[in-house]
Amino acid sequence: MLLDLGLGSVRIPIADVAKILVGGAVNNEAWQAIVLKIRLPRTITAVLVGAALSVGGLQMQTLFRNPLAGPSVLGITAGASLGVAAVMLAAGSATTAFTIRSLGIGGSWLIVIAASIGAALVLLAILAISYRIRDNVVMLIVGIMVANITIAIVSIWQFFSNPEQMQEYILWTFGSLGGVTTSQLQVLGLIVSLGVLMTFALSKTLNALLLGEDYAQSMGLNIRKSRFAIIGVTSILAGAITGFCGPIGFVGIAVPHLTRSFLNTSDHRILIPSCVLVGAILMLVCDIISQVPGSNTVLPVNAITAMIGSPIVIWIIVKRRNLKASF
Amino acid sequence: MSLSKTILTSKNLTVGYKNKEVLKELDLNLRKGELTCLLGPNGSGKSTLIRSLAGIQKPLAGEVQIHDKSITEINAKEMAKTLSLVLTDRIAPGNLTVYALVSLGRFPYTSWMGALNDSDKALIQWAMEVTGSLQFADRHIGELSDGERQKVMIARALVQDTEIIVLDEPTAHLDSPNRIEIFHLLQDLTKKTGKTILISTHEIDIAIESCDNMWLVMPDKKVALGLPEELILSGSLEKAFGSEALTFDYLKGKFSKNLEGHDFIIEVIGEPVLVKWTKNAINRIQQHIKSDCQVEVLGTPKDPTWKVSGTDKKFNSLTLLISYLKTT
Repeated sequence: MLLDLGLGSVRIPIADVAKILVGGAVNNEAWQAIVLKIRLPRTITAVLVGAALSVGGLQMQTLFRNPLAGPSVLGITAGASLGVAAVMLAAGSATTAFTIRSLGIGGSWLIVIAASIGAALVLLAILAISYRIRDNVVMLIVGIMVANITIAIVSIWQFFSNPEQMQEYILWTFGSLGGVTTSQLQVLGLIVSLGVLMTFALSKTLNALLLGEDYAQSMGLNIRKSRFAIIGVTSILAGAITGFCGPIGFVGIAVPHLTRSFLNTSDHRILIPSCVLVGAILMLVCDIISQVPGSNTVLPVNAITAMIGSPIVIWIIVKRRNLKASF
Repeated sequence: MSLSKTILTSKNLTVGYKNKEVLKELDLNLRKGELTCLLGPNGSGKSTLIRSLAGIQKPLAGEVQIHDKSITEINAKEMAKTLSLVLTDRIAPGNLTVYALVSLGRFPYTSWMGALNDSDKALIQWAMEVTGSLQFADRHIGELSDGERQKVMIARALVQDTEIIVLDEPTAHLDSPNRIEIFHLLQDLTKKTGKTILISTHEIDIAIESCDNMWLVMPDKKVALGLPEELILSGSLEKAFGSEALTFDYLKGKFSKNLEGHDFIIEVIGEPVLVKWTKNAINRIQQHIKSDCQVEVLGTPKDPTWKVSGTDKKFNSLTLLISYLKTT
């Protein structure tokens, strides 16, 4: 975390970063401002993103009993983008998330709610289809198609907006941890902590679902309520993150597998906190890489997560030969 | 002596899906402490019936009662404490340890975090002991053989501590020694713990051998009830499974192929074990045999010789005898 704070286009010694954090005075005021106003929010955002997407991915993998489920893969993030886009359309001014951000706290909540509803709609659609077709691969394809539809709607909207706004939107799709302001961070922090806590409260339910819905039901679990709760929490987590930081892929699918493979367990009481930790660490690493240490460039974080996340997924598949046995 | 108490009954129950009745007008009953087999051909609707009895699937008509109370009036938690399930699907989480999976059976009893107390742990220990799954308690489900996994799933159902345990095709993926072991285990459980167990299966011989009661799925979508022997003697079993090509051999107690033109009699005499397996081999090539004959088996099972009576042919292996009989 310190390393993440220390890196950026302006080089600040780590010792000084630590000093600033504990409230000590450093002779360079600019450094102080950079660390507290820019880098600290970015670092906290990274932690929140990692935690939220990982926990969201874990829940989806359990609910769908599908090792390849994850917010980005099944089009949940696409749904969230659609939600964000819809808000902007309704507002009458075809703008982007960056403009909405300037609306302050009220705007932040609006984005979160819209993105969560978008995410929830996609999840419900996928759930409805998965009910008819019990084939993982088919469901995955359906998820990708649903994602395509939402992306298509978003691009139609893009087509009617001017080039400047389009560029902003494209920037948004690259994913960014840096655009979140301190006040928005409070909203995001609150939502993510609530979401993670709610997930933790669901851990007994998630454990029962490991055996499949029929068994879970035979053990007295109310399937409809549980599904609703899991989808609700996942939508809020994925929606909030997507609304603020853009669609960030692969963390949600890779981290649960990584955690399971480290700890060799499927018990959600252990997996949920561990996913938070592993997700946060992975996201920090991605953020550090995206800063390209030693240079002035900042790479889009989405590219980094994909670059790190995809090999992890492949590695796990190869190592375990089949994902089902490992999860 | 009166019959033991009836726990589960169904009244005029029709099960199936929206536009398809699978089984209809069923008046079934399960008696306490008995092992009941639901026997029927593949795809005859056994799983649908089981899901309906367990309350997972809504019946199309009629109702299921447990202790004279309709299961629609029993809440999910109460139901989970009365009836537990072992299902066919092999989809089980590979990364869960056996112990963790078995302890999931305590789900209806534990608090919201699912923590286990001492009596929970004692019950888990007992269930793993009686099912013989204690020795692989720390292994992961993904590493188990099919037989071991099934024992673990039965242990999980036992841990759920229910009066009734319903198993859907528990031996479907098992080889025959494992199959027998599982059935013995379930038989034992009914005797020792007084649990009421319903097993669905399509395996006739093992059902005839081990169950106290049989529910037999008939071709007219109804279910015949009775002792296995009663269903055999009334001809129901033959009706349920037989076809033009298959008849039930009432003496052997199993189905065999209808053979045409096997008018020739082949007699085998000698040591009983040798006679049995020699006959078995000859039955298989019956259509090739063109005349009556008698085979005499000499010696012991370890060192046998086959002699065709009325000729001077002697063979020191069954293969040679069979190829001789085929060609004459």
